[in-house]
Amino acid sequence: MRGAGPLLSVEDLSLEFRARDGTVRVLDGVGFTVGWGKTVGLVGESGSGKTITALAIMGVLPPTARVTAGRAVFKGTDLLAADERTLRRYRGSEISMTFQQARAALNPIRPVGRQIEDVIGHHTDLQPAAARSRTLDLLAGVQIPDPGRVYGAFPFELSGGMCQRVMIAMAVACSPSLLIADEPATGLDVCTQAAVLELIGDLARQNNMATLLISHDLGLLGERADRVVVMHAGHVVETAPTAALLAAPRHPYTAKLIASSPRPSVGLADLVTIPGTIPDFRAQLPPCRFSFRCDRAAPECDQPPLPRVVVGPDHVVACRRPL
Amino acid sequence: MVGRRLATAIPGVIGVIVVTFLLNRALPGDPAAYFAGPAATPQAIEEIRTRLGLNRSLPEQFVLYIRDLARGDLGHSLTTGQPVAADLRARLPASLELAFCGLLLALAIALPLGVLAATRPGSGVDHVTRLLATMGNSLPVFFTGLVLVYVLYYLLGWAPPPLGRLEVFRETPPAITGSYLIDSLLARDPGLFLAVAKQLILPTMTLGLAALAPITRMTRAAMLGVLASDYVRTARANGLAPRTVLYVYALRNAMLPVVTTLGLVLSFLLGVSVVVEKIYAWPGIGAYALDSVIASDYAPVQGFVLTMAVVYVLLNLLIDLLYGVIDPRVQIES
Repeated sequence: MRGAGPLLSVEDLSLEFRARDGTVRVLDGVGFTVGWGKTVGLVGESGSGKTITALAIMGVLPPTARVTAGRAVFKGTDLLAADERTLRRYRGSEISMTFQQARAALNPIRPVGRQIEDVIGHHTDLQPAAARSRTLDLLAGVQIPDPGRVYGAFPFELSGGMCQRVMIAMAVACSPSLLIADEPATGLDVCTQAAVLELIGDLARQNNMATLLISHDLGLLGERADRVVVMHAGHVVETAPTAALLAAPRHPYTAKLIASSPRPSVGLADLVTIPGTIPDFRAQLPPCRFSFRCDRAAPECDQPPLPRVVVGPDHVVACRRPL
Repeated sequence: MVGRRLATAIPGVIGVIVVTFLLNRALPGDPAAYFAGPAATPQAIEEIRTRLGLNRSLPEQFVLYIRDLARGDLGHSLTTGQPVAADLRARLPASLELAFCGLLLALAIALPLGVLAATRPGSGVDHVTRLLATMGNSLPVFFTGLVLVYVLYYLLGWAPPPLGRLEVFRETPPAITGSYLIDSLLARDPGLFLAVAKQLILPTMTLGLAALAPITRMTRAAMLGVLASDYVRTARANGLAPRTVLYVYALRNAMLPVVTTLGLVLSFLLGVSVVVEKIYAWPGIGAYALDSVIASDYAPVQGFVLTMAVVYVLLNLLIDLLYGVIDPRVQIES
């Protein structure tokens, strides 16, 4: 079952949106790997392209988005080149995804238990009764206190945290090898955040499931991810083992991201903000899309191409003047 | 829920009673003179006026009208000489049968068309849909009705003559529900059923075409919105079959605004059917009301408007209940 090489390998993924006022080149040469059973954090500020990368892997991009180059090889199959039938077999069973705003991501007029059963029913040969008991087990497995009641509940009757748990139960229903969790903790209160992340970690360990954990909060990933992929403006700027990245970030953006994350040791007043915003993708962009926000930028930074410098074991940074 | 919903309709119905009463009195034309005939003497006209109670003051007439109404007495039609309530009872089934057939036809075409157009935006189906919707919206029913009669009956001879619910020599089915389609089936008379259905074709098409436009457009718009929703994306990301995604996840949600539109469409159909009934000599309450208006015959017009108001209230109640069945969120709020 387990082949050679990583479980998922995203290579040179480029993607653009067709907007009314031109083409928006959102992703440019995005690449990273997720090892079997590993947890990889995908981090970056809003608009850096994390979610759209995940949607591209799942093949559920909005109609205006188009992949222009690259591959996403999952278990030896390039998901970006596979036909719809093959993709449907993978989706929900081998590779699944939980979405931001779980309540909106669930069908508002179908009991949540039935929605989980839809997934089980589609990917397995279980009889309805067996699918139902499997659903109840799953709901209990995501620590929902009263699975029988929640089974028949509609999303509007459940709290945000509950909806997120239901979403997770749905995603792991067919024991996928890879779970993509898009901002699973965002919009939840702090206790629920920790519990939900804990839950994803537990499920991953139990099922030997790899996880791609998407978050804008580097602090949240620190304890949970084996590796971290940092994205900025549609580029992967740094990938490294989590400990190495947090201890010695080499990309100026990563350093700023760490400095801007709230930590117990740092007062709120001392938190750093990163100057500027994500650039306008419609404009002609320099090779390094961070250069105009970067205090280390030098004339050489405007020379193409964007470098990929190996600075340590499994540690790559896309910067001409790394820290 | 049903009781409360009905209670909220009462002020509306009272309003309808008052307004139709006043409006009818404000209309030009003197019913007494009309019924006395052109050769009548002023004394004869005055006599008729007294007999009809038209010489009393407006408030007095209103009180009398309300008193009769409370007893279920809608007055007498001067034209037919029958009690209005009896006339309406005899004619309402014809109108309802026609309106429901028109609505069913419209739904049968509009829903698939709207779904097709939404799943293939910019395609040929989408353009055809837009054309049909524009036509249905802009062509008045008296025009489409006459064109259909001209083409399908006069030129091609495919449809029977537009002369009511049944050809003259046919026996009407035994009255059980009032719907000729259902009654002929209950009487196990397939030949009669076919004859009834043939008569229904043209008026149903006319009404259906009018109702097609709003339903198609709403279906298309609702489907487009739902197909772009997060939960449809979730369903696709879970690898569910396209059929499941389309029908269980998208269409059911898209039906919510469509059902709301149905209330509007039905009341629109009730209004439009007045003209359609006239074109096809349909013995419904619409044609009855139109004849009465022309004859300055108050009582039937009042009875007609009141009947329409009640039918409208009941239909909207039905739609609210239907909405409650599809959308679980509704029950909680009520």
